[in-house]
Amino acid sequence: MAVTIKLPTQLRTAANGQAEATASGDTVRAVLDGLSQEHPELRERLLDDGGELRRFVNVYLRGEDIRFLSGLDTQVDDGDELTILPAVAGG
Amino acid sequence: MPADALKCKECSASYPLEARYVCDRCFGPLEVSYSAPEQDAAELKRRIQAGPHTLWRYADFLPLEGTPRTALPTGWTPLMRADRLAERLGLQEVWVKNETANPTHSFKDRVVSVALARALELGFDTFACASTGNLANAVAAHAAAAGLASYVFIPADLEEAKILATGAYGGNVIGVRGNYDDVNRLCMEVSADHPWAFVNVNVRPYYAEGSKTLAFEIAEQLSWEIPDRIVAPIASGSLFTKLARGFEEWVDAGLLEAKVPVMNGAQAEGCSPVAQAFAAGTDVCRPVKPNTIAKSLAIGNPADGPYAVELARATGGSVDSVTDDEIRAGIKLLAETTGIFTETAGGVTTAVLAKLAARGDIDPAERVVVCITGDGLKTIDCARGTFEVHEIDPSVEAFETEMGPQLQAAV
Repeated sequence: MAVTIKLPTQLRTAANGQAEATASGDTVRAVLDGLSQEHPELRERLLDDGGELRRFVNVYLRGEDIRFLSGLDTQVDDGDELTILPAVAGG
Repeated sequence: MPADALKCKECSASYPLEARYVCDRCFGPLEVSYSAPEQDAAELKRRIQAGPHTLWRYADFLPLEGTPRTALPTGWTPLMRADRLAERLGLQEVWVKNETANPTHSFKDRVVSVALARALELGFDTFACASTGNLANAVAAHAAAAGLASYVFIPADLEEAKILATGAYGGNVIGVRGNYDDVNRLCMEVSADHPWAFVNVNVRPYYAEGSKTLAFEIAEQLSWEIPDRIVAPIASGSLFTKLARGFEEWVDAGLLEAKVPVMNGAQAEGCSPVAQAFAAGTDVCRPVKPNTIAKSLAIGNPADGPYAVELARATGGSVDSVTDDEIRAGIKLLAETTGIFTETAGGVTTAVLAKLAARGDIDPAERVVVCITGDGLKTIDCARGTFEVHEIDPSVEAFETEMGPQLQAAV
């Protein structure tokens, strides 16, 4: 499954300056693993020591927060789009 | 107390004082850090007392390089003793911090004042925000007062009063078909492409500092003392955590005796990710899809939620939630006992105060401060159907007929 991953500005330096990357996998976790293999510096920026998403990293699949789906175990389809954004909120 | 850096709240990485809001390393939120005050406590106090009757009297504790430049005076709102409210709840000393007295009738004027002053120092000429309504009003008004362009992003289904009171100032109002979290996410993406000061995105660390002035004022108005307990609403958790930070900074500066107020957070049941995390004994705030009349608190994915939970727990407080009916009852209780008509967020806060009192969490001898953050005219629909208008013909006879039974009963 090839998935497009949209990267926020804060992560682009760790991905050769790209705003978008592609990686393969059946689940969000597998896609992020694939992304980290290509750009090793991204792994520790996104995941904590236990391999879970850091608490201020938000990941959206087709616009939906993956915490409303099955988290990192959410299934992805070919051609899906993942967006990674930092958590920030005002009011 | 000069600001010296932006620091990550998660990993303590340090960054220069620029338009930056998130740690490049771990995505943690950035916060302004300060070096020790250059003056002793007596001198700091003199400087505050000689300052204007606005939040700029606390400029020594805000992250600005020069004299703040804003055109719309904000802050120094009344702290009112609410004996009749206290009596109704079986308490002895309750105070209401009345933030409806700000220029656009909510505490958001504070955060926007600081964000705007810093944005001007950083060279921005356009002001923007993602908002649940109150912030939209404040950004549009302060931008208009300063002669800046503004772009205000709101959920399209916001209360009409808040939309009208934003558009009135002449900026650009963008109604997004989605909830606040969708709006917020869009703004993060837009902010990467436009050189604007998004008050709650790229200048958020400065914006958030404005909430400290609420704590400073409460302490100064209580003759330089920290109250025993604070009850305040939680949306993103920023105000709640910055209240505590304000007291801490003044204790560190020697202006107040060391004391930790019990911090009680208030949420609406229809959007209570922070209260749910508190109840579950975790600091992980699982996002929710908001469904509540308290739209100004309808942030389903609260960025400062984990810190709010930690603060409530560390101070022996709590984060409670109340139903929409309790919120309406809270609005009514506050109005009837204090003369302050608050919006739904204030109904949430008052209802949580009542809940804490009924539960026996509050010692009657405690000095409690309740933060009423916004005006009832903004959520006017909630007052509909809560009372009866006596409609009569214009004659004394009609008046006596209509009101006679009630007048006799009152004798």
